[in-house]
Amino acid sequence: MRRWRGPFIALLILALALPVWAQEKPRSGGELVFVVPSEPPSYDAHQEETFGVIHPVAPHYSTLLRVDPLDKTGTKPVGDLAESWTVSKDGLVYTFKLHKGVKFHDGSEMTSKDVKASYDKILSPPAGVKSLRASAYAAVKEIEAPDAHTVRFTLKWPESSLLLNLASPWNWIYKADILAKDPQWYMKNVMGTGPFKFVEHVRGSHWVGKKNPDYWDKGKPYLDGYRAIFISNSAAQVAAVRGERAMIQFRSFSPPERDSLVQALGPKITVQESPWDCLNFVSMHHQKKPFDDKRVRRALSLALDRYEGSKALSRITLVKDVAGIIVPGTPYATPPQELEKLAGYGRDINANRAEAKRLLREAGVPEGFAFTFKNRGIPHPYEPLGIWLIDQWRQIGLNVKQEILEASAYHPMLMRGDFEVAMDFQCGFIVEPDLDLGRFLSISDANYGKHKDTVIDDLYVRQARATDMEERKRILRTLEKRLLDDEAHVVYTLQWHRIIPHNSRVKGWTITPSHYLNNQLDTVWLTE
Amino acid sequence: MATPLAYDLEVVETRRRWPEALRDFGRRRPLGAIGAVVIVFMLLVAGLAPVISPYDPVAIDFGAMLARPSSAHWLGTDSFGRDVLSRLVHGSRTALLVGFGASILGAAIGAILGVGSAYFGGRVDLYVQRVMDIFLAFPLIILALALVAILGNSIPNLIMAITVPMIPRCALVIRASALSIREMAYVDAARAAGFGHARIVLRHMLPNVMAPFLIMLTAFVGQAILLESSLSFLGLGVQEPTPAWGLMLSGAAVEFAERAPWMAIFPGLAISLAVFAFNLFGDSLRDALDPRLRTQ
Repeated sequence: MRRWRGPFIALLILALALPVWAQEKPRSGGELVFVVPSEPPSYDAHQEETFGVIHPVAPHYSTLLRVDPLDKTGTKPVGDLAESWTVSKDGLVYTFKLHKGVKFHDGSEMTSKDVKASYDKILSPPAGVKSLRASAYAAVKEIEAPDAHTVRFTLKWPESSLLLNLASPWNWIYKADILAKDPQWYMKNVMGTGPFKFVEHVRGSHWVGKKNPDYWDKGKPYLDGYRAIFISNSAAQVAAVRGERAMIQFRSFSPPERDSLVQALGPKITVQESPWDCLNFVSMHHQKKPFDDKRVRRALSLALDRYEGSKALSRITLVKDVAGIIVPGTPYATPPQELEKLAGYGRDINANRAEAKRLLREAGVPEGFAFTFKNRGIPHPYEPLGIWLIDQWRQIGLNVKQEILEASAYHPMLMRGDFEVAMDFQCGFIVEPDLDLGRFLSISDANYGKHKDTVIDDLYVRQARATDMEERKRILRTLEKRLLDDEAHVVYTLQWHRIIPHNSRVKGWTITPSHYLNNQLDTVWLTE
Repeated sequence: MATPLAYDLEVVETRRRWPEALRDFGRRRPLGAIGAVVIVFMLLVAGLAPVISPYDPVAIDFGAMLARPSSAHWLGTDSFGRDVLSRLVHGSRTALLVGFGASILGAAIGAILGVGSAYFGGRVDLYVQRVMDIFLAFPLIILALALVAILGNSIPNLIMAITVPMIPRCALVIRASALSIREMAYVDAARAAGFGHARIVLRHMLPNVMAPFLIMLTAFVGQAILLESSLSFLGLGVQEPTPAWGLMLSGAAVEFAERAPWMAIFPGLAISLAVFAFNLFGDSLRDALDPRLRTQ
């Protein structure tokens, strides 16, 4: 009997493990149906900045590099069309070897000429063609295609963010011949090398893609196709997932929406959550009194009980972590013990508020001082954050009135500088300090508070060119202290929190801190 | 001119007549009386809001988030832990301020335009009425929405946005009454005596259209409260954290409708009750002031 015990136990373990293993093995077939809350204004990602383009259209395209679809931090570049790459010792030359046998959906072969043409369009767009991200490649001196499967980027100075910039989900590779004939062709047409071919787009209704049988990554994609349905109303989006008419929405749901889906669908729903590379911060107009005084700006930050706010607001809206200038959980994030040293991040809220009141008195701001806080008319998380901020500022004796503006009026208001204090926002497509902090440069068009700070400008350039990670971290901490504490140019609220409750049949998709990432769908599959 | 003695007697008689008239109104129009009681109650609540509300209506208390109705919070709390009862009590101020403000302004401007239009007749009447027709072509809510969008959303702008659509509605009704008054002998006599237009319109015609004016006024208050709530619900009216009934119904109240239904039920009830009360009172007032219905 004893001699059978060993094999019996082994068989038992195998029998128990088999279903789990079988379940996690990707299965081919099926159509993924997902909700997109907004529609693409055009089909050309080089010229657009909304997820309404990325979510339905990205599966038709490839990029030179991509962010690892399995990396939860969304900060690890891996090859997409690039099979491998090398960096010269001086950090000035990046050479990429491309996969061979990659075909466009029209059957023609993709070569380095197409990659060069696509990047030429992004970096130096022809007249009449927009490029929203050209400034991110200021360090690039030259792009060459020495042979059909090699692309070389030569830089003017070393730049630590280049690889992540080349993994940008916006930098779709287009066909050079088409761009040569009409650089605007891609605004109204779709033709890439991605895992899915375009089938149809019915405006106001849906977008359909079908499996590309000639996709270069053999065995992928797993899905037969996908269908994106456009639903702008959030209650209708939740109803679509609850009624199992859609399996996922890739942007985010709010905590109450998540809770209602979990309550309704139980194990049929899987929830993935992550800090989100988006943040609302308060901009104070530096040319308007009393916000030209850094004591007043610091007081506005000191008034916030971020830790209690985080606990409570995360139950009702899309915010959670108390964070500094970089998304928590990613390589350059501020360690909590260092964060607590910044003004308004200390744990003793009574001491913080006493200090805030002292600063206001010192700056000559009377008790009950009134001002208008301009906010954007979006339910999550702008409006709850606005209510919370006003309550926190009341507690240091400020009398704040809120004015909510529709999106069409909100952006012009920020750009005109027609505010004393306003809600501002930052949303990155990859967690990379260069991309997330560029708006705080004195010359940035997005520096709505209009601060002029050459120290921050200098620190920004130094961190961008620092090739040593530890050195870059040190510079970033100095920049953070100046931005949020010493000068308090802006007041950070709480990090957005991304919540994706999806049908448990959906596998092979990993949440990242950006809703612009991981939308090629080549790794996604459906269980029976 | 009355002698002091005659004046005193008149006052005493008026004092004696008012309770009697109210008793009579209550007996003959019980629904109207109920409406009046609710309106008086609302006015008292609004007037005494800082004294009677149990909590600060804008103070956040995260420790009491989404608390169900209890002895501590009679009507529960919202998603920020704010006391629903206190927000309702203070919200009545917003509702009544906008309701009375817009309807008094709208009815007054409408009455002056209606009487003036009827009195002058001819081209003045033609032009004024065509302008009124243009405004009447727009549904109330659409016109108010457009005006708020143009003016921006503050309480004075909200009152203005609700006032404008009220004006033509009142002008139309008052003009109809004023047309018959224009033909009365005393108006001719005033003209013959050489009185100016302003004096004839303001002293002789306007007081005689008071009955339809009061009826329109009471009917407008309910409508104005409903419009204010609708605009606030749509995010175009009063802004957070100011307590307002329509605002209390929007946003989180919708999202938490299943978990915290009290967030939507009580403001909804308050709006319905207020509008119902003003409508009941307005209908009864019309019946009481209309001589044809009074004789019946």
